[in-house]
Amino acid sequence: MEPLTKKSRLVSNKKLSLLEKIYLPAIFNGMWITVSHLFRRKATIKYPEVKREFSEIYRGQHVLKRDDEGRERCTACGLCAVACPAEAITMVAAERKPGEENRYREEKYAAVYEINMLRCIFCGLCEEACPKEAIFLTKRTVQSEFDRDKFIYGKDILLEPFDPDRRIDISKRQTPGVLEFKKDKRHLHNK
Amino acid sequence: MATFLIYKVLLASVILILSLLVAMYSTLIERKVAGWFQDRLGPDRAGLWGLLQPLADGIKLFFKEEFMPNTADKFLYILGPSLTMFIACLTSAVIPWGPDLIVNGKTYSLQVADVNVGILYIFAIVSIGVYGIMIGGWASNNKYSLLGAVRASSQMISYELAMSLSIISIVMMTGSLSMREIVNQQAGLHWNIWVQPLGFLIFLICAFAETNRSPFDLPECETELVGGYHTEYSSMKLGFYLFSEYINMFISGAVMATLFLGGYHFPFIDKLGLSQNVFAAVSFLIFFLKITFFGFIFMWVRWTLPRFRYDQLMRLGWKALIPLAIFNVLITGVVILINK
Repeated sequence: MEPLTKKSRLVSNKKLSLLEKIYLPAIFNGMWITVSHLFRRKATIKYPEVKREFSEIYRGQHVLKRDDEGRERCTACGLCAVACPAEAITMVAAERKPGEENRYREEKYAAVYEINMLRCIFCGLCEEACPKEAIFLTKRTVQSEFDRDKFIYGKDILLEPFDPDRRIDISKRQTPGVLEFKKDKRHLHNK
Repeated sequence: MATFLIYKVLLASVILILSLLVAMYSTLIERKVAGWFQDRLGPDRAGLWGLLQPLADGIKLFFKEEFMPNTADKFLYILGPSLTMFIACLTSAVIPWGPDLIVNGKTYSLQVADVNVGILYIFAIVSIGVYGIMIGGWASNNKYSLLGAVRASSQMISYELAMSLSIISIVMMTGSLSMREIVNQQAGLHWNIWVQPLGFLIFLICAFAETNRSPFDLPECETELVGGYHTEYSSMKLGFYLFSEYINMFISGAVMATLFLGGYHFPFIDKLGLSQNVFAAVSFLIFFLKITFFGFIFMWVRWTLPRFRYDQLMRLGWKALIPLAIFNVLITGVVILINK
């Protein structure tokens, strides 16, 4: 069989030559390898002082977006929940009452929207499935908690703030490729 | 006489404190070096660059629960680590740390005791060192400890032979057993390592074995014997065992530097026209650098080589190192005869 890597060696039980028997060349070789690691760039960092740079399109904690007028974009269609391979998303839909037009973008909205962060695998399929550009993954990481219950994030955590200055920027996730993909959808809901 | 005594006591205390300090910081350096070899940063949380880490480790060891197995022999159980620590601190007495100091016209030797059989003294003390480990392993009444102790004793006895044999050729060359005399004959760059490379190699390998350092750390080998001879030890008793290893490392580095790397001598230092006391200080620093170099080699080898198997260890000791050392003695004898 073809060896998969160049690193694999066939085992042989041949007798060691004198040079191999005195070990020293092999030992010096090994010591050369270790000493060369002494000056290499370290794999670890001084964590709290230095933090690793996150990718701009990092897939972390979700955000439920509002539109420009501050209305919730989510219409509780459930496509994200269907798309979710980890079945982390649940929602309860409700009908918009007259007078709530400034709060919800369309006639139907999510009264309850919960993501179980322990189940979530941060694959981003919910974002891909969403026809309303309502859910996005962000650079923020999910913080650790002492209780499992606290990992079920509701709308209070997921929904972005109403204040236009404190909106969460997701433009980095909308790379040209993503925008192109969104256009190619068979049913253009989001006109 | 009184000043002489006071000076000696002072010098002995300074050397004791120095070796304890060095051992303390070797633990940090060891962990740092291990980190660097493994592409990590190493401990850096306690103080600047982790400089308070040894202190934190020490405090931790002091406050740990003092556990003693109820089947252990109480007296021997306590004697073990005490003896190891005591012996480790004794060896530094005959090592010449630098040229003489001159204060107010009086000469002060930077050597606690210029015994004329200095080398024999070191070997005598080092060979007692194994008792600390043996007694500790025996007194714990634990099969892992006992196995570790048995391994330690046979390993140390085997390697002491080759070690002493490699020294014999040095003694033959210098014609003296006094450490001071051996150092002074290596003034300038007439270091023994150039004429005795084989002897140096044998001594170095044996020093690894004598200090129970990797690749000869079979007495405490974690993968097979839990903790070896110190399995049942906790708190500062364990600390003493671990600490004495680092003192031993420091001292064996000093002995190697003295015997093979010319001790405190370095070419052209004596031609700089420094005053005697400055010269002594510079020489001491050079000696210290040489010891540090050996300390680094100890760590370097530890984080490079895997542990020997027990039969390999015995074969290396008896079938390779001892014949080689005898051969070295023979060659030295022949060369001395020809040069006569």
